[in-house]
Amino acid sequence: MPTIEYTCPDGSRRDVEARLGASVMETAVKHGVPGIVGECGGGLSCATCHVFVDVEQIDLTGPATDFEEEMLEDAVTPPTELSRLSCQIRMTDELDGLRVQIAKEQQ
Amino acid sequence: MRIAIVGAGQAGVQLATSLRSLGHDGPVVLIGAEPGLPYQRPPLSKGFLAGTTPAEELDLRERSYLDGVGIDLRAGRTVVEATLGDEGGTLRLDDGSEVAFDALALATGATSRTLPVPGGDLPGVLGLRTVADAEALRAGLAGATDVVVVGGGFIGLEVAATARAQGRRVTVVEAADRLLARVVSEPFSAHVRAWHEAQGTTILTGAAVSGLTGGPDGVTGVTLADGTTLPADVVVTGIGAVPACDLARALGLSVERGIVADEHGRTSHPRVVAIGDCAVQPHPHEPDRLLGVESVNNAVEQATAAASVLLGQEPAPRGVPWFWSNQGELKLQLAGISDGHDERVVRGGGERLTVLYYRRGRLIAADVADNPRDFNAVKSALAKGATIDPRAAIDSEVPLRSLISEPVPA
Repeated sequence: MPTIEYTCPDGSRRDVEARLGASVMETAVKHGVPGIVGECGGGLSCATCHVFVDVEQIDLTGPATDFEEEMLEDAVTPPTELSRLSCQIRMTDELDGLRVQIAKEQQ
Repeated sequence: MRIAIVGAGQAGVQLATSLRSLGHDGPVVLIGAEPGLPYQRPPLSKGFLAGTTPAEELDLRERSYLDGVGIDLRAGRTVVEATLGDEGGTLRLDDGSEVAFDALALATGATSRTLPVPGGDLPGVLGLRTVADAEALRAGLAGATDVVVVGGGFIGLEVAATARAQGRRVTVVEAADRLLARVVSEPFSAHVRAWHEAQGTTILTGAAVSGLTGGPDGVTGVTLADGTTLPADVVVTGIGAVPACDLARALGLSVERGIVADEHGRTSHPRVVAIGDCAVQPHPHEPDRLLGVESVNNAVEQATAAASVLLGQEPAPRGVPWFWSNQGELKLQLAGISDGHDERVVRGGGERLTVLYYRRGRLIAADVADNPRDFNAVKSALAKGATIDPRAAIDSEVPLRSLISEPVPA
């Protein structure tokens, strides 16, 4: 199972094994990783799962899609070119070791 | 303090986990009527029904997490008897076990309303509330040619979009004169209707169902009050839900349409909170009225607040209520409570639509189709107690974000 390395808003680190096909949001919520809310459960409707993907890995996940980008524009923590809504990143073997920093504020 | 939670849906699970994150280290027993891990319901009418969301994805939390933080999940259990005094009480479960508590949370949810017409219980007539319902519906849809959805509310329309995308012939039958009549205004209803019709779904409004035809092998048709019969292999009912209040009544709590609570879940008993779909709370604009708010957002926020209440802490103020509904590619986002508005502004048209709602000159809500920028702008305006000039908002070329006022005193 691919591993995700989360950096939480308080600076602490959590490594979590993800199910193949699970989203980065879902994996965090189900394991109680603090900082990701994911209120809409992955419906791309709430922008409460904002993360910054490690600069060396953003090519692997790809950038935000159009609708996602519009949702991110008004995210509580200002977005950068590394911003993604983590419900839109699905884990594959290629993403094993993905490093994401969780945005400090989500709502 | 020993805390028992009856109901392991979105609200019950949130309350349990919030208790732990707020530092409660006493026993937490979470009792759910359905077997297995607690799960999220929104995908049941969308990705799970379509087969794109696997069952594991529905789980709200991993078992290892629940075990790790000491949440004692009693899945597949119901409460058969309960006592409640000034200092707490006891629940007896259907396996004979007893759960003593110092504080009790009711998160019992709601049950689907059934069609009160002849034939309403034929095989192939399906509601949608639980994962078992969704599995039955998915199997039913797989072999169906004609699907009739009774009820043009959110769940009915989400199912209609899913079934239509699978190539079924879909008819939505709605008794009111427009879709989503209880929640949104006419222009928004019309926009949603046009989208579904463009997919090839037939929408019948002002149409009452008088009976269902068929036999032991299943439903074959839906008869309307005007005598028309629509062919149907599957009939999906999405005609609302009834709060589950039996336990609350038995315990002597105040119950109206739902369990009477405040926005933080406090009930008529100091040791009991009620949260989520089973509860009603004061209407935000007309506090003399009680309002049921059936949404994930309400379940999560009311549960979080109730956790503070149970621990004797001051709950955080509630955020802006919001709701979403994905119907195929149509994405609806609602912010605020529009009920009680006295003015509205329609913005956009064509593929995107925003309806802003005002009360006494002040923004209270918006319904938004396929326009996350507008949705976010309204949500942030409402969050900071600001408004948006209705005259300027009509021009959809002007970003709503640029029109947010300074906070206005209430």
